[in-house]
Amino acid sequence: MPVDPSVWVDRYGDYLFRYAVLRLRDRSRAEDLVQETFLAALKGRTSFSGRSSEGTWLVGILKHKILDHFRRQSREMPLTGGDGTDPPGDDPFNAVGHWVGGPAEWGGDPADLFRRKEFIEQLTKCLSGLTPAHANVFILREVEGADTKEICKELDVTETNLWVILHRARMQLRKCLETRWFHGNPGGGS
Amino acid sequence: MLSCRDVTRLLSRSMDASLPVGKRIGVRFHLLICKFCARYRRQLLLIRKAARHLAEAADRPEGSAGEKLSAEARDRIRESLRTRNG
Repeated sequence: MPVDPSVWVDRYGDYLFRYAVLRLRDRSRAEDLVQETFLAALKGRTSFSGRSSEGTWLVGILKHKILDHFRRQSREMPLTGGDGTDPPGDDPFNAVGHWVGGPAEWGGDPADLFRRKEFIEQLTKCLSGLTPAHANVFILREVEGADTKEICKELDVTETNLWVILHRARMQLRKCLETRWFHGNPGGGS
Repeated sequence: MLSCRDVTRLLSRSMDASLPVGKRIGVRFHLLICKFCARYRRQLLLIRKAARHLAEAADRPEGSAGEKLSAEARDRIRESLRTRNG
């Protein structure tokens, strides 16, 4: 199959951009990586075997670029989970470790909620509220479905630290969703 | 006795690795008597499901919904390809 770079932007630009923006949460960074992907593909287009589709090939290149970016970020801001205690002032538990208040009932049909557009939008916004390093880990684990061992290797973090980071990220996301979505929309939103 | 603080930590960990059997029993017992932790667990699983769904929805090549490249970015990228392509 001949490779024709002149149609790439129209055919795959939005697709690659969507893919990147979901993982990077940064539009201009996503644009840059899409451009880098096309340029890398242009340079390596003789090696494109045609065994996979052109789109799959391009998204494979983009995936590597995103992972490189995550690696760079975790080098700049080393991923420390600390000792696993929550920051003071924001602790959902009291001195003996019981919930203060506790998670609210979210209502709605759980079988349906996860695909509701508004819910997904709030999740995306809450993701942007995490520190980049924590959001990257959450995305690799829960959006990509990557193995924890794999993530540890890629981002050079211990498994114990990774558990702490994921715990923090999940707890913060849950809290954020509860605040943004469920308290803002009594009865489960609509 | 595990506290809610311990259980939330273990619940998260159980989503990434299997727990030692003693902890697993402790968590299961705690969930029977603590509606907050049981609810917390359901909500974490819901968030996981939503995250996977998010990827499935965004990663379809033919999908047209959602984010698009801006016209400026599109032009810039097209131009950079043209220059390199000679």
